[in-house]
Amino acid sequence: MEEVTVPALRDVNFAIGPASFVSFVGPSGSGKTTLLNLIGCLDKPTAGRLTVAGTDVGVLTRKESAAFRGTHLGFIFQDFNMIPVLTVYENIEYPLIMVQSIAPRERRERILRMLEAVGMADQDGKYPHQISGGQKQRVAVARALVTNPALVLADEPTANLDSQTAYAVIGLMKKMRDELGTTFIFSTHDTKIVGEAEVIFRLEDGRLIAKDVKGGTAHA
Amino acid sequence: MRNLFKIAIRNLIRYQRRTLLTASLITIGVVFVLVFVSVSGSFKAMITSQITDSMMGHLQIHRKGYVASIDNLPLNLNMSPKAYQKIRQALAADAQVEAFSPRLKFGGMFSNFTETTNIRLNGIDPEAEFRTVPLLPSRILEGRQTLGKGEILIPALLARGMKIKPGDPVVIVATNADGSVNGKQFIVSGILESATGPGGRDGYVHMDDAAEVLRMTEPQVSEVAIRLKDFGRLAAAVAHLEKTTAGEVTPQGQPLLEVHSWEDLSPFFNIARMIDVMTLFIRIMLIAIVLISIMNVMVMAVYERIREIGTIAAIGTPPGKIRTMFILEGFCMGVVGAGAGVGIGAAIVAVINLIGIRFNFGLQKGLLLKATLSLPDLLVVSIIVIVVAVLASLQPAVKASRMEPIDALRHV
Repeated sequence: MEEVTVPALRDVNFAIGPASFVSFVGPSGSGKTTLLNLIGCLDKPTAGRLTVAGTDVGVLTRKESAAFRGTHLGFIFQDFNMIPVLTVYENIEYPLIMVQSIAPRERRERILRMLEAVGMADQDGKYPHQISGGQKQRVAVARALVTNPALVLADEPTANLDSQTAYAVIGLMKKMRDELGTTFIFSTHDTKIVGEAEVIFRLEDGRLIAKDVKGGTAHA
Repeated sequence: MRNLFKIAIRNLIRYQRRTLLTASLITIGVVFVLVFVSVSGSFKAMITSQITDSMMGHLQIHRKGYVASIDNLPLNLNMSPKAYQKIRQALAADAQVEAFSPRLKFGGMFSNFTETTNIRLNGIDPEAEFRTVPLLPSRILEGRQTLGKGEILIPALLARGMKIKPGDPVVIVATNADGSVNGKQFIVSGILESATGPGGRDGYVHMDDAAEVLRMTEPQVSEVAIRLKDFGRLAAAVAHLEKTTAGEVTPQGQPLLEVHSWEDLSPFFNIARMIDVMTLFIRIMLIAIVLISIMNVMVMAVYERIREIGTIAAIGTPPGKIRTMFILEGFCMGVVGAGAGVGIGAAIVAVINLIGIRFNFGLQKGLLLKATLSLPDLLVVSIIVIVVAVLASLQPAVKASRMEPIDALRHV
């Protein structure tokens, strides 16, 4: 059988400003995750140009991509993706040691600030298996923000949470955006959660079909 | 690095049973190697010391062709007194030589006036001989631990067979170099424990008595036994003495003398070499055990943690650190296995020494095995295990570091 190449994304053009709270919405297979992976330097576009925080990330090598992710981006995953052998404190500390080599005193200050901000200060010594899904996602938010990234990418961050916890996590992300000025981009197919975003990009069959801005809709 | 160690150790603890089984396998391997190295090495050293220190010496110098001669104890291949004087001067000035002893070896008839048998005899300077082969006096089971003129030390087998005791008179009759026969009466001064190896059933008389029996105006020398200060430098000493004696040539320009180490002269050296080969094979088996067990565990570890690898790679962990993380797991397992193995191995060796294992070797009965473990042995085995553990984790670690985060994150 002949191999057929199916483009995951086509004719997608957009720009996102600093301190935005953006959501990619669309049915399964619409290209949300692919778009997040491209922005997150986990994948490379086959055509076109992608600039993140002023860097053309399409031309970065594997090593450069890793370094770029470590310094400019934060990630929140659907399955929380905690490192199971590390405590809550150590999970947040991980990128500061392994990626950014931050000095111990500053490291401690940042982690305590983050733990306080996400409401996990009293859980810092627990291991991931000792906390709930919502708490794990709070830790994931702290881990993503502790490196002071310009942009945090979250792929279906609320998919494994009950609606109350999901709202709480989205609320936390928004609060952190307000406090730190970090841009948040998340994908979701939960229509209620989508409403929390200030800018919504609607995707279908790999195309950007609409851009909703709180207070009005603009076709992409 | 401390944090990488911390993560590696916690990951090992996370799969407790698997880690314990692998570390135990390595430990058992290390224990086997150490106990084998200790026991076989001690056995080898003990027998070697028995051979070299009680009869043979570390090295011997002969006239060229003496050792290879088809004649048993050929008198026509002795060194002249003049040639020996040159050797004596060279050996006396040699800093590596602790002691040396000239010997006049000959075969003869031994009689207690009622029975007669054959005997191999060494004419010696007792003082020089006892310094060169210091365990010789300890082989004297009965009688005095000295040898004077007119006295003879005879092997135990002969004494038992002919019912001879210290103080008994005996006669030695020997054929001289010119074919004539001469005899001399001796008093048995002591009975020698028989030893395994060449010269183990020889008797001893004073050098002057040997010359008198053989009708030599001045004693000739069949061999010069040499004791080195450092037995570990045997090969270097042979080379050095070969160079020293190379100046002695026949009128035809051929070398007059040859130097042999105990390894060339004693058949036990082949057993010693076999022990070394077996030790090598046991070490190779240990390497195989460590390599296969650690590689197996690390391959499993990488496979089970693909999503975790994806997460840390996505966060921005450099591939080198991911690689190091997995290599450290193998390293830690190697360290734990080697450490436990060294501890248990040393304890078993201590127990062996506490029990006191005795064994027979040829004619020597009830030799007490003194198992020892040297620091180099411990270090070599530990380093082998740790290096192999690191090498075994290298391939899985490289695989982990080369994973594309996007593929790893998608792994179910």
